[in-house]
Amino acid sequence: MTAPRPGLSPVGAPHAATTAAVGPGEGPALVIEGLRKSFGKLEVLRGIDLVLAEHEVVCLIGASGSGKSTLLRCVNLLEPIDAGRIVVEGEEITAPGVDVNRIRRRIGIVFQAFNLFPHMSVLDNVTLGPRKALRLAPAEAEARALEFLERIGLADKAREFPDRLSGGQQQRVAIARALAMRPDLLLLDEITSALDPELVGEVLRLVRELAEGGMTMLIATHEMGFARDIASRVCFLDAGRILEEGPPAAMFSAPREERTRQFLRRIVEAGRL
Amino acid sequence: MPASAGRPRRAGQPSAVRSTLVAVASTVVFFGVVAWVVVSSPGWPAVQASFFNGEVFASSAPSIVRAFWVNVQLFLIAEVLILALGLVIAVLRSLPGPVFFPVRLLTTAYVDGFRALPGVLVIYILGFGIPGLALPGVPVEPFLYAVVALTLVYSAYVSEVYRAGIESVHPSQEAAARSLGLTRFQALRHVILPQAVRRVIPPLLNDFIGLQKDTVLVSYIGVVEIFRQSYIQQAGNFNFTPYMVTALVFIVVTIPLARLTDVLIARDKRRQAAGGVR
Ligand SMILES: Nc1ncnc2c1ncn2[C@@H]1O[C@H](COP(=O)(O)OP(=O)(O)O)[C@@H](O)[C@H]1O
Ligand SMILES: [Mg+2]
Repeated sequence: MTAPRPGLSPVGAPHAATTAAVGPGEGPALVIEGLRKSFGKLEVLRGIDLVLAEHEVVCLIGASGSGKSTLLRCVNLLEPIDAGRIVVEGEEITAPGVDVNRIRRRIGIVFQAFNLFPHMSVLDNVTLGPRKALRLAPAEAEARALEFLERIGLADKAREFPDRLSGGQQQRVAIARALAMRPDLLLLDEITSALDPELVGEVLRLVRELAEGGMTMLIATHEMGFARDIASRVCFLDAGRILEEGPPAAMFSAPREERTRQFLRRIVEAGRL
Repeated sequence: MPASAGRPRRAGQPSAVRSTLVAVASTVVFFGVVAWVVVSSPGWPAVQASFFNGEVFASSAPSIVRAFWVNVQLFLIAEVLILALGLVIAVLRSLPGPVFFPVRLLTTAYVDGFRALPGVLVIYILGFGIPGLALPGVPVEPFLYAVVALTLVYSAYVSEVYRAGIESVHPSQEAAARSLGLTRFQALRHVILPQAVRRVIPPLLNDFIGLQKDTVLVSYIGVVEIFRQSYIQQAGNFNFTPYMVTALVFIVVTIPLARLTDVLIARDKRRQAAGGVR
């Protein structure tokens, strides 16, 4: 359904994409260079280089524990990094003295476990960011929230509390909450992993619409069929490094690295490709 | 409420009506026996005369109930201050990072200190000590020191209750709030504290009941409140019945609160169970 957008799918060896992704006249949406991150003695990210062009959708795949969530959390400045730099729309967000709150307003993240605010209505969940971080007037924030709830098909649930919604509905609200900030970049961390199989479709459909609308997204996922459809590039994360990357067709049919082949074989065995 | 309500009844299981009858009968028998043992004891006539004298009850009750108004003012004013101060201490104590180490040290010392000291000692020290300094401009009203002493002691306990509530909110809630660009303070104010406070309302009510009873301790520094008033009545009548009036007043005031606490706890349990299945 979503063919890889021409001109936005750099093909080539890992890390060669650093220059290839930049279109004429516009800088990349996201540049990650030499990113390292440890938790105590455990080095989780061991030199990540990654570039996303404007409107590009990149999927991160890799075994559990390979560092996908940590990478996304670092990009959203939820984790301090140990080395390297991250640049969003030309601004180095990992520079010392940067206002993290201002940066986070421009970068949306959706979590595996939804993390909706259980004490607030759906509407308040979505308006909280615009009201408090963007300081919009309540009426304006509400109009904006309703617009996004309308788009995800949950406008009629605006006054409900999250525990009255199905998992799929909760996750769509979490996406609307992130979108209501009108971010430049959206990070999705295995957003369907906690859902019952029959609820996965409605969430993935929404993400597809966002991709078609031109949202720049970095997506950690185990849904390989989805990655193949939506991503212009797939990056295989292994032991804290991007071991291999390329367009999904090439990655899934002819992976170069043995580790990638092993991982994909396990995924096929689990019936997810 | 009958215990079997709502459950399907199997053969051989007593009906709701029958269980209610059994409960009533066993209660009547139990308390009947206790009453009989007490009333037939050799000392009962003397105890009855000095603790349950109807005339003394009627004559002392109005002044005792009036004196209770002082306790009510005490615990209402103190509770407002306690809830505010306890929250501030809990938040200060939860501040992360090395920069806030002195803040954590001070608040920890405060909490440890006022939980270690018997409340009556704090009341004594403040109530007699500070006016005793005879500094110009320092007030001497014992009521004021009573409020301050109760606030200091109880805010230490209440801050621990709040802190448990704050720590019970999963860190992913803060991450979600901060990821929207909310400041740490905004995340605390709009996301963490509302959830934390809701969870600790029952233990806060428990401490409120404790506070109500501890207001009698301020009689030691000369506040004429319910306990002091019942002592005055007891001494005037050579009879202990005024203390029974006081006991009755506290029972009437605190039992509804205790029931309310239980209802809230039960409601939270049901809510959590309902949230868990989704
Ligand atoms: N806050 C943390 N403290 C310590 N170790 C962590 C923390 N977060 C993640 N890790 C560890 O980092 C590694 C990568 O985790 P994660 O990024 O969640 O991987 P993935 O999302 O690919 O499953 C794991 O070994 C995990 O245990
Ligand atoms: Mg993960």
